[in-house]
Amino acid sequence: MNQKSALRDPALIRRAIKDAFLKLNPKVQIKNPVMFLVFVSSVLTTVLFILGLIGIQDAPTGFVLAITVILWLTVLFANFAEAIAEGRGKAQADALRASRKDVTAHRLKDPADHKVFEDVASTVLKKGEFFFASAGEQIPADGEVVEGAASVDESAITGESAPVIREAGGDRSAVTGGTTVLSDWLVVRVTQEPGKSFMDQMIAMVEGASRKKTPNEIALQILLAALTVIFLLVVVSLYAYSMFSADQAGVGNPTSVTSLVALLVCLAPTTIGALLSAIGIAGMSRLNQANVLAMSGRAIEAAGDVDTLLLDKTGTITLGNRQAAEFVPVDGCTERDLADAAQLSSLADETPEGRSIVVLAKERFGLRGRNLGDRNIHFVPFTAATRMSGVNYDGGEIRKGAAEAIKAYVEEAGYGFSGQCQEEVDRVARQGGTPLVVAKNHRVMGVIYLKDIIKDGVKEKFADLRKMGIKTIMITGDNPVTAAAIAAEAGVDDFLAQATPEGKLEMIRKYQQQGHLVAMTGDGTNDAPALAQADVAVAMNSGTQAAKEAGNMVDLDSSPTKLIEIVQIGKQLLMTRGSLTTFSIANDVAKYFAIIPALFIALYPQLDVLNIMRLHSAQSAILSATIYNALIIVALIPLALRGVKYREVPAGKLLKKNLLVYGLGGIIAPFIAIKIIDLILAVLGLV
Amino acid sequence: MESVLQYVLYLLILVALAIPLGRYISKVMNGEKVVLSRVLAPCERGIYKVLHIDEKEDMSWKKYAGSVIAFSAISLVILTAILMLQKFLPWNPEGIGGMSWHLAFNTSSSFVTNTNWQAYSGESALSYFSQAMGLTVQNFVTPAVGICVLYALIRGFLHLKHKGIGNFWQDMTRSLLYVLIPLSMIVTVLLVSQGVLQNLSGYQTVDLVEPITTEDGTVVTQQVIPMGPQASQVAIKQLGTNGGGYNGVNSASPLENPTPFSNLIEMISLLLIPAALCFSFGRSIKDKKQGRAVFLAMFILLVVSLGIVAYSEQAATPQMSQDGMVDLSTVDQAGGNMEGKETRFGIATSATWAVFTTAASNGSVNSMHDSYTPMGGMIPMLLMQLGEVVFGGVGCGLYGMLGFAILTVFIAGLMVGRTPEYLGKKIEPREMKMAVLVCLATPIGILVGSGIAAALPATADSLNNGGAHGFSELLYAYSSAGGNNGSAFAGFNANTPFLNVSIGLVMLFVRFTPILAILAIAGSMARKNKVAVSAGTLSTTNGMFVFLLIFVVLLIGALSFFPALSLGPIAEQLQSLGL
Repeated sequence: MNQKSALRDPALIRRAIKDAFLKLNPKVQIKNPVMFLVFVSSVLTTVLFILGLIGIQDAPTGFVLAITVILWLTVLFANFAEAIAEGRGKAQADALRASRKDVTAHRLKDPADHKVFEDVASTVLKKGEFFFASAGEQIPADGEVVEGAASVDESAITGESAPVIREAGGDRSAVTGGTTVLSDWLVVRVTQEPGKSFMDQMIAMVEGASRKKTPNEIALQILLAALTVIFLLVVVSLYAYSMFSADQAGVGNPTSVTSLVALLVCLAPTTIGALLSAIGIAGMSRLNQANVLAMSGRAIEAAGDVDTLLLDKTGTITLGNRQAAEFVPVDGCTERDLADAAQLSSLADETPEGRSIVVLAKERFGLRGRNLGDRNIHFVPFTAATRMSGVNYDGGEIRKGAAEAIKAYVEEAGYGFSGQCQEEVDRVARQGGTPLVVAKNHRVMGVIYLKDIIKDGVKEKFADLRKMGIKTIMITGDNPVTAAAIAAEAGVDDFLAQATPEGKLEMIRKYQQQGHLVAMTGDGTNDAPALAQADVAVAMNSGTQAAKEAGNMVDLDSSPTKLIEIVQIGKQLLMTRGSLTTFSIANDVAKYFAIIPALFIALYPQLDVLNIMRLHSAQSAILSATIYNALIIVALIPLALRGVKYREVPAGKLLKKNLLVYGLGGIIAPFIAIKIIDLILAVLGLV
Repeated sequence: MESVLQYVLYLLILVALAIPLGRYISKVMNGEKVVLSRVLAPCERGIYKVLHIDEKEDMSWKKYAGSVIAFSAISLVILTAILMLQKFLPWNPEGIGGMSWHLAFNTSSSFVTNTNWQAYSGESALSYFSQAMGLTVQNFVTPAVGICVLYALIRGFLHLKHKGIGNFWQDMTRSLLYVLIPLSMIVTVLLVSQGVLQNLSGYQTVDLVEPITTEDGTVVTQQVIPMGPQASQVAIKQLGTNGGGYNGVNSASPLENPTPFSNLIEMISLLLIPAALCFSFGRSIKDKKQGRAVFLAMFILLVVSLGIVAYSEQAATPQMSQDGMVDLSTVDQAGGNMEGKETRFGIATSATWAVFTTAASNGSVNSMHDSYTPMGGMIPMLLMQLGEVVFGGVGCGLYGMLGFAILTVFIAGLMVGRTPEYLGKKIEPREMKMAVLVCLATPIGILVGSGIAAALPATADSLNNGGAHGFSELLYAYSSAGGNNGSAFAGFNANTPFLNVSIGLVMLFVRFTPILAILAIAGSMARKNKVAVSAGTLSTTNGMFVFLLIFVVLLIGALSFFPALSLGPIAEQLQSLGL
C-alpha cells in the first residue's frame, strides 16, 4: 500500500532505469517542453565537446565534457522520475492481465433458454448478446444479470475476498468480466463492446496508457514553457550584451556557449518540469491504492476543487441500523406491558431494529426471550403492502409499524388513534428518531423510539471539512423533521429529506448554479442522472452498470466514506504540483548568484561581490549549479510520489505553511547545497 | 528630514485625490449618474447619433478587439501621414519640414501606443498642427483605450455565462467625455494660472539677461522662445500617462513647468488616473477590497522604489564627494547628486518625478535620468522592465497587474489544493496562455530588441558613454519602449533608421499583445460561471496575497533582467564604490 515501497522494490527500480533510457526517444521528449530544452542542450554540448576534440574550442574540453555529462544525467533523472511513478501501475496492470484468462463464453441464442448455448471466445461477445455462466467459471464479459442469482468472487478487481451476491433485477445486477462465479448460475446480457470492458479500462488506467494531460497540468505547462522561452531569450540576449560590453571594454567575449547553455538549463524550471508528470501519475496511483478507479485524471483534479459533498445518511453519517432507545407508553398503558408486547412482536424479527427492541426490553425489565411455540405464536413478517410486522397468538395479535400504517390498522377496526400518541410520535420524529407504534388487538399501546446512531468521529470530521471550506449535505429518505434532528446532531451543513432521484438531481443543479462543485456517491440505477450531473461522481462497484457508467470514478470497496478520502487525494495532488513549482522557481535566485558572477568576473571584477557563496572558481560555480540542478530532481522523487503533507486547515494556513517550506526553503536550500557541492569539487581537486 | 515630509506629502495628496476620482470613474464606466451627467449625457447621446453608434450593442471579445485594433491602426496611419506632410498643413508659422519615414513611423507608433518615446525635439521638429491635431489627439485617445480594455476585463469577471464584454465605442466616448477631457481642462486652467504658455503665435526671440560665451568663443545674446498651445498638451501629457513633452527637455523646461505649484500639479497628475483606477476596479467588480489589495501592492512597490532613488541621489557617489568637488550637503542649496537636475526642483522633487514617471509609464521628465547615480538610474529602469505595472499606464498598468495577479493565484492557488481561480473565475489553459502573454510581452520586447541592438556594431555610435554606463543607456532605451514608457536616458541618439524602426516595433508589440490577450481573457471569463467562495478559497484581498503579488512581479522582473542589470547599473555601482 505504501508508495515508498516503489523506491525500495529493486525490480521496479531496474525496470524504471531501463525505461529512463528508452524515454530518450525525441518523440517522447518533445511532449515535455522544459525537458526537451534540456535534451536539446545536451545534444548541443555533446556536439561542442566533439568539436573541441577536433580543435574548435568553445571552452576547455574537460569543462564541456563535465557539463555534457551532467545535462544528460538531468534528462535521465527526469525520465527515471516518470518511469518509477509509472512502475507501480505497470506492475499492477501486468497482474491484472495475467489474471484474465482466455475464457470460453457460453453464448445463448435465446436468453429464456439457458440450456442451449454455443461456446465462443470471450473476445467475440458483442454488446446485447447473452451468455450463461455457472459455478466455477469466469465471467467472460461485463454485463447485467437477467436471470438467476449467484455468489461471485470479485477479488480480482476489488482485492476483497468475501464473495458478493449478484442477482437479476435491483441494484445488484451488474457483473464484471474477469470475476468468478462461486455458486449457482447466471444469465447475463453483455453491456460493453469487446476491448472496452471494465477490466480493460482498469488496466489502461492503472498503467497510465490512457492518461491524458489534465487541464490544470496543461495550464501549468504553459506557464513553465513561457518561463523557459523567457530564459532562452535572457540567455541569448546575454550573449549579445556580453559581446557588446566586452567590445566597449576592448576585451574578448568572456562567455562561452557552454556556460550559457548551463545557465539556461539551471534557470529553466527543470525541477518541476522533470517531476510534473510523475506527480500526476503518482496521484492517480494513490487513488488506485485507495481502491478507487478514476475514469480520467480530470476527475481527480475536480476532486480537489469539490466544496460540497452529498453524503448518504446511512452508512456514512449513521451506523447502518437504528436501535430502540425508549418505550413510550400511551393511553394508560404501562411501560412494562408495552415492552412485553414489543418484545413478543420482535422475537422472530431478524432485522437489526427488531433485535435491538428485544435487547432493550431485556435491559429495562429483564424480559427473557420466549419460545415462539409456547402460545402457538406465529410471526407475521413485514410486507410493503401492510408496512407492519408482528405476531398472532391464541386470541390476539400484536402489530408494530410506522405511525400511519398503525393508524389505518386501528381505525379500520373502529378504534381511535389518540392525540397523546400522535404527540409522542411527533416528539420522537423531532428528536431525530424513528417512531414505531405498537398496537395490541387493534389498540395502541405506545411508541418505540428507534434512534439513529451517529458514527463516532463523524461530527469532528465534518467540522474539519468545514474549516477547509467543504460543505456536507446529508441525503436521507427520512421525513424532514427527523432529518433535521439528525443533521443537527451530526453537524452537517444542509440536508435533503425524503430524497428522490429527481430531488438529488435538483439539489446538485442548485448548488452548481451557485458556483459550487459537487461530489456524490451512488450505486443504484436511479442515482445515474444525479451521478452524471455531479462534478465528482463515485459509483460503488457493487452498484449497477448504469451507475458505473454515469460516474467518473468507481469505488471498488463500495465504501460510503470514500468520498472524503478522494477529496484529500485530489487536493494533495494539486498542492504537490504548486509546491514543487514554487520550489523550482525559487531555486533560480541562488543559481543566478552562482553563475552570473562566474560569467562576467573577467569583464567586471567587481561582480565578485555577488559571489556571496564564495564559490571556488568560475568553473566550479557553474558546475556546482548544474550538478545541484540535476541532483535535486532525484532528491525530490520521493516527495513527488508521496505528495506533500496535507492537513485539514483553512486555505490561508495551508498557503502560509507551504510558502514557508517550499518558497523560502526553495530560496535557501540551493545556496547551501551549491556551496557544499562546490566544496566537494574543490576538495576532490576536480576544479 | 524636511525632504521626507515632502515625499510623504506627495504620496498623501495622490491617495487623497485618487480615491474619490476612482469612485467617479467607476460610476461613469458603469453608466451610473454623476455630477456631470446633466451636461454631458445629451452630448454623449448626440455623439452616438452623429457617429451612428449603437451603444446598446454588447460586443463579443473578438468584435471588441477588432474595434480596438481598427481604431489604433487608423490612428497610426493618419498620424504618420500628418507627421510626414506637416510642411503642407496649416498652423506651421516656423515652416518646419516633414519627418523622415522612419522617424514618422517611430513617432506615430510611440503616440498610438501611449509610449511617447521621442527621438526628436518637439519645438524644432513639429508644427503646431502636428502637436495639437496629431499628438494631442493620441494623448487623449490612447489612455481612453486603456480604460476601455480594463473595463472589458472587469465585465469579463462580472458577467456569468455571457458572451458580451461591453461596447468599445461607448466606453471610449465615456472615458473621453466624462474623465479625460474634464480633468485635463481643470489641469490646463491650473497650469495657465502658473504661467504655462497657451497660444498659437510664432516663436519669439528675446535678449538674454546675461550673455553666454560658448566653448568656441561665440557670444550668445539672444534666445528663441518656443510658443504654442503648451498648457493643454502638458495637461493631457501628464494625466494620460503619455509623457511626450512639448519641448525637448520636457517638464524640466520652465515654459512647461514654471513654478513649484505647477510642478506639484504635473507630478500628481502623473499617477492620478492609474491610482484611481484601482479603486474604480474594486467598486466596479463589487468588492472594494480587491481593488485595495492591488492598489496596496502597487503602492508598496512605489514607496520602496522612491526610497531607494531618493537615498541614492541624496547620498550621491564617492567620486562626487571626493576632494569636495561637489558640495553634497543641503545647507544653502539642494545637495546630493544635482547633475542633470533643475536647481529649482532639487533632489526630492526630481527623485519623486523620476519614480512616478517610470512607475506610471508616463515618461515625461523634469530631470535627466542619465545623470542619476547607477542605483538611482536602475530603479526607474527596473520599474519599466517590470512591465509598467506599478500603477503603469492609464488602464494598461492595472490590467497588466491583473495579469500578474492571475499568475500569482495560479501558483499560490495550487498550493492550497485547488485548481486556481481569480475573482471567482477558474483559470484554465486558455486564460493561462493569455496571462503569460500579458506578463511576458514586456520582457520579450525588451530582451529581443536590446539583444539585437547590442549585437549590431553600429549601436555603439549612438551612445554618449562607454562601458557599463553605455550599456545602461542602450538597455534604458529598450526598457522605455518595452514598458511603453517613453522616457529617455538622454545621451542616447535614437534617431537612426534601425533604432527608429526596431524601437517602434517593440512599442507596438508590447502595447497590443497584452491588449489582445486581456480581451481574450475577458471573453473567456465572461462565459464562465462564478465559483462560490469558501474557507478553502485563496483570499486575494489579504496581506499575504499583496505580498505574493509583489513577490511574483519582482521575481519575473528579476529573473528576466538580473543578468542585464548586472552588466549595466550593478557593475557601474560596484565600480563607483571602488570594490
